[in-house]
Amino acid sequence: MIHLVWLVPFLPLLGFLVNGLGRRYLSKSLAGIVGSGAVLAAFVISLLIFLEVKAPGFQAQTVTLFDFISAGSLHIPFAFQVDQLSALFLLIITGVGSLIHIYSTSYMHDETSEGFARYFAYLNLFVFSMLILVLGANYVMMFIGWEGVGLCSYLLIGFWFKNTAYNNAAKKAFVMNRIGDLGFLLGMFAMIVKFGSVTFPEVFEKAAAIGEGDKIIPVIAILLFVGAAGKSAQLPLYTWLPDAMAGPTPVSALIHAATMVTAGIYMIARSNILYTLAPCIQTVVAVIGLATAVLAASIALKQDDIKKVLAYSTVSQLGYMFLALGVGAYTTAVFHVMTHAFFKALLFLGSGSVIHAMGGEQNINKMGGLKKYMPVTHITFLIGCLAIAGIPGLSGFFSKDEILAETFINNKIMYGIALITALMTAFYMFRLYYITFCGKFRGTHEQEHHLHESPAAITIPLIILAILAVVGGYIGLPEVFGTHSLLKEYLAPVFAGSAPFVHEHEHLSHNTEWLLMALSSVLVIITIFLARAWYRNYEDNGVPRTGIAKVLENKWYVDELYDAIIVKPLMMLSRFFEEAIEKSGIDRLVNGVGRGVHWGSQQARLLQNGQVGFYIFAMVIGMVVLFVIGFLLK
Amino acid sequence: MLTVLLILIPLVAGLITFGLKGSGPKAMGLIASLASLAVTLGALFQFRTAPASLQFSANWIPQLGAQFSVGLDGMGLMLCLLTAISFLLIFIVIFNRDYERANNFYGLMLLSQAGLVGVFTAYDALLFYVFWELALIPVYFLCSLWGGEKRIPVTFKFFVYTFAGSLLMLIGLIYIYLQTPEHSFSYASFTSGSVAPQDQSWLFWLFFVAFAIKMPVFPFHTWQPDTYEQSPTPVTMVLSGIMVKMGLFGVVRWLLPVLPKGAYMWSDVAIVLSIIGIIYASCIAIVQSDIKRLIAYSSIAHIGLMSAAIFTNNEQSLQGLMVQMFNHGINIIGLWIIVEIIQNRLKIKNLNEMGGIAQYAPGIAIFLVTISFANIALPLTNGFIGEFLMFSGLFQYNVWFMAVAGLGVILGAVYTLNMVQKVIFGQSNQLTETTTDLKGNELLVLSIIVVIILVLGVYPKPMLELVSSTTELVNKVY
Amino acid sequence: MPVQYYIFLSIVLFCIGVMGVLMRRNAIIIFMCVELMLNAVNLLLVAFSKMWADAGRVDASGAQIFVFFIMVVAAAEVAVGLAIIVMVYRNSQSVDINIMNRLKN
Repeated sequence: MIHLVWLVPFLPLLGFLVNGLGRRYLSKSLAGIVGSGAVLAAFVISLLIFLEVKAPGFQAQTVTLFDFISAGSLHIPFAFQVDQLSALFLLIITGVGSLIHIYSTSYMHDETSEGFARYFAYLNLFVFSMLILVLGANYVMMFIGWEGVGLCSYLLIGFWFKNTAYNNAAKKAFVMNRIGDLGFLLGMFAMIVKFGSVTFPEVFEKAAAIGEGDKIIPVIAILLFVGAAGKSAQLPLYTWLPDAMAGPTPVSALIHAATMVTAGIYMIARSNILYTLAPCIQTVVAVIGLATAVLAASIALKQDDIKKVLAYSTVSQLGYMFLALGVGAYTTAVFHVMTHAFFKALLFLGSGSVIHAMGGEQNINKMGGLKKYMPVTHITFLIGCLAIAGIPGLSGFFSKDEILAETFINNKIMYGIALITALMTAFYMFRLYYITFCGKFRGTHEQEHHLHESPAAITIPLIILAILAVVGGYIGLPEVFGTHSLLKEYLAPVFAGSAPFVHEHEHLSHNTEWLLMALSSVLVIITIFLARAWYRNYEDNGVPRTGIAKVLENKWYVDELYDAIIVKPLMMLSRFFEEAIEKSGIDRLVNGVGRGVHWGSQQARLLQNGQVGFYIFAMVIGMVVLFVIGFLLK
Repeated sequence: MLTVLLILIPLVAGLITFGLKGSGPKAMGLIASLASLAVTLGALFQFRTAPASLQFSANWIPQLGAQFSVGLDGMGLMLCLLTAISFLLIFIVIFNRDYERANNFYGLMLLSQAGLVGVFTAYDALLFYVFWELALIPVYFLCSLWGGEKRIPVTFKFFVYTFAGSLLMLIGLIYIYLQTPEHSFSYASFTSGSVAPQDQSWLFWLFFVAFAIKMPVFPFHTWQPDTYEQSPTPVTMVLSGIMVKMGLFGVVRWLLPVLPKGAYMWSDVAIVLSIIGIIYASCIAIVQSDIKRLIAYSSIAHIGLMSAAIFTNNEQSLQGLMVQMFNHGINIIGLWIIVEIIQNRLKIKNLNEMGGIAQYAPGIAIFLVTISFANIALPLTNGFIGEFLMFSGLFQYNVWFMAVAGLGVILGAVYTLNMVQKVIFGQSNQLTETTTDLKGNELLVLSIIVVIILVLGVYPKPMLELVSSTTELVNKVY
Repeated sequence: MPVQYYIFLSIVLFCIGVMGVLMRRNAIIIFMCVELMLNAVNLLLVAFSKMWADAGRVDASGAQIFVFFIMVVAAAEVAVGLAIIVMVYRNSQSVDINIMNRLKN
């Protein structure tokens, strides 16, 4: 089955081509079937591959299709690598992807059939790029997918292209990603210089052979991290992700929550050995991840747009994952990627269901009391909230607690901050839940009249994701439960390379671990009750926020800051180049040469005054000068 | 013999075209460019089997030691292929446009093609110079007779600018000619290393300025935006797609092998100028409101990277450069074709007056997006391979140079997406609502371009192999 | 007599001619000054011819041929030049050369 792995990205590509070229001729249902079918088929193949990979003792396999670039001594094949990590990501991408495709067939039904097919074409292209990203057997292949998902993200954020604000958001996302991509590129070039290759096994082997202490490995690691920060929306490059909510909600669920934004985590997990060899960079990753987690969580506390809350929550959770990577808990990070994919996709799709029912309204102040109109959405959304908040027994609890425990081992202060972030997460999620689903309905009568539960194509993916959000955590049970983590065992070969370089930490005693779990669980439950008390009967009093709440509502004014220190100076610099250097500098100089010749000729013309006497005089002077020169030269 | 044929077809066809009437010139243009393409493909085939048969030499001015010697190597072949494809595409896309005095228009176009092919094939310095001018003069007439309203001063500037560069090069050529022991203009004697190192230092600048004006490299670029803006769009395509490659080609074929020590001495300066050009032109492109000027500045930025890559003395970047010469030509011609189509429909160049075209002409939108993303080097499009290799080479030359040049990647995304957004997205207005979608010939041409973009983006190997022989040669000499 | 004397004399004559041409406005006088310059050159030629002949060169008299040439040309010039001056005088009642300043414009 492994040699057929190229089919996995190829099928969505085919779907893209069919939908893209036939968008005028395909009916909506056909376009939906083609789009969803392609991803579903890819999912089936991924499942078969996963079953094969799951077998103990499976060795990573490379499937080379053709030579992509060969110049001089550099050879980069177009090749896929199938191992435990990529197989797991295949499952997440195609699995969640299929659900979201099915969901979209209903969600996007108001589009024209051409727009509908265009939407599915983009979505398929995205899945294709994402699959290339995780399947690539070298960094250039990863980069292909990396930029490809950026393109699709651009196209899908700006899907409703008549709206200028959406287009600006799309552009912002692409440009910010490009900043990260430059870091990625530089990292690759450093690899080419140092290792002469960008293929994973070769790079990792050579890096391991060099060992700790070489300056270039931290440089490569930090450069790759810049790329990861761009794609996974970390400080300081995170501001594009909340804006990216301009896209259709399923897109937010798939691209900006479940898959694309986790590419950075995938990349670092893949390059784990480089990071293990550069402990200082690991610290950087952990600090940036934690800072992002706190910052985004604080912003999420005071957002009124249902999707914005979820967006900042995503940024915050991604920060969590980077924290895990930074403390060397690669498996845990991947674990959280997986559980996060389930519950965040669930939450986004649930919010989509709400927005759909509300006729496009996204402001939670206009909602309220939706639980009696939309029972399925309500229950699944609640499950999502419980999962992300980390209620014991749900998937989020296991992954989040593992991150907290690993952080605790590493650094107690970081643990404290991470715990506070977890509480903030629980608070804003239940604020969102209570404002949206409980209390009285605060929208217009017309909206109230139209409120309805969404059709099956929407609710079935919600139910499936809700089940996954509940049970997804059981593959990574912590050891204190008396079992061992299936995921850890499964992923062990991927991180085997870096194992010899890991500095041994003391292990947590089981008592401490129980204590930590109990502490976080109790605090989370208290926080939830706090949120319940404040927001159960929420009334929108319309009073503008003041003080810190206003700062949080305005996202710490980071966008304004970037505008002031980057965008405006860049525009001023550009105008300066255009006006001062181009037009009145170089061009005036060039034209000045022409004008100088013109002026000089006009002056010289005056010598031709028609006086014969003057001509003769000039002639005599000329002769005298020639004589003098002749004498001097002798 | 095929090489001579390659020059003769457009030359003869061009001369004949001056005498044709009615739709004769159009037909002649198409036939000649098709024939050129066929011969180029033949040469491509022969290059694989018997590359030596592509060399041709005959007595030309024996008293001066000048030979009519032409030949094709990988790089020359690739640029001839670019020329042949581009002219064919241009002639197809302007098939239903009517130009006044069409016979002269098409005749001059074909003559410039002959000049270009001559430049890419010449293996004799004097012959190279003659073709260099032959390519320039028809373009001057094309611009000054069919250009926009400010065409006269602008084309005058263009001509004086490039001609000044040519004369500097001529001085250099004659000086080197006098240095050769056997007083010959042949490529072999020029590259035999007879120029003293201290002479190479100043000779470098004579050649570099000539080529830098043509490319154009900062600060020798100011003729370019004006000329691109004022020229009729088909001529702009020739200028930006192929003519700028003459400068790059000149550096690789003549400057590096003839003056290796000079190039080595001044490579830092040349690269710094190029990199300044990248950032500078990218910044200016961001604030342009005229679509033609925007693309012109974007071209300066892209060329900046290519000219920086030449001087890195690195196999990867040279190979990337050559591939990029072809790919940049294809991409920029694609962009100009879209500009031409929009101008043909709406008669405007100002970006702020456009918008919302995607609703009424989705075809234009799709092609603009695809070609734009190829232009900013998205992976799996043709633009990526070249830029990747060039950046890689630049990185090996100097990390900081590459880091600064890399900012061009970000700025490139900014101005390109600005352009895309302003042209096709957003709300439509009364004017843009009238946009009609692509017609048969336009669709054909753009589809060909997109196919080239994708095929070479996914499978660049044949192209890389084609030029690798030249890279090895240059690297050996350099 | 040493040849230097002749050279100095002819330089003086020539310079007088030049100054006359440059400074005087009367066309006739300018004309005479031109003749003076020509004759200064003639004097020089004859002087050098004599010098070389004294030194024993057999082909030295060739220079004197030039003198005859110059005389002939000068005669022809006088014929044409005086004719022009006469015509100018008839038209403008003056031989001042500034009146003839018609080359401009």
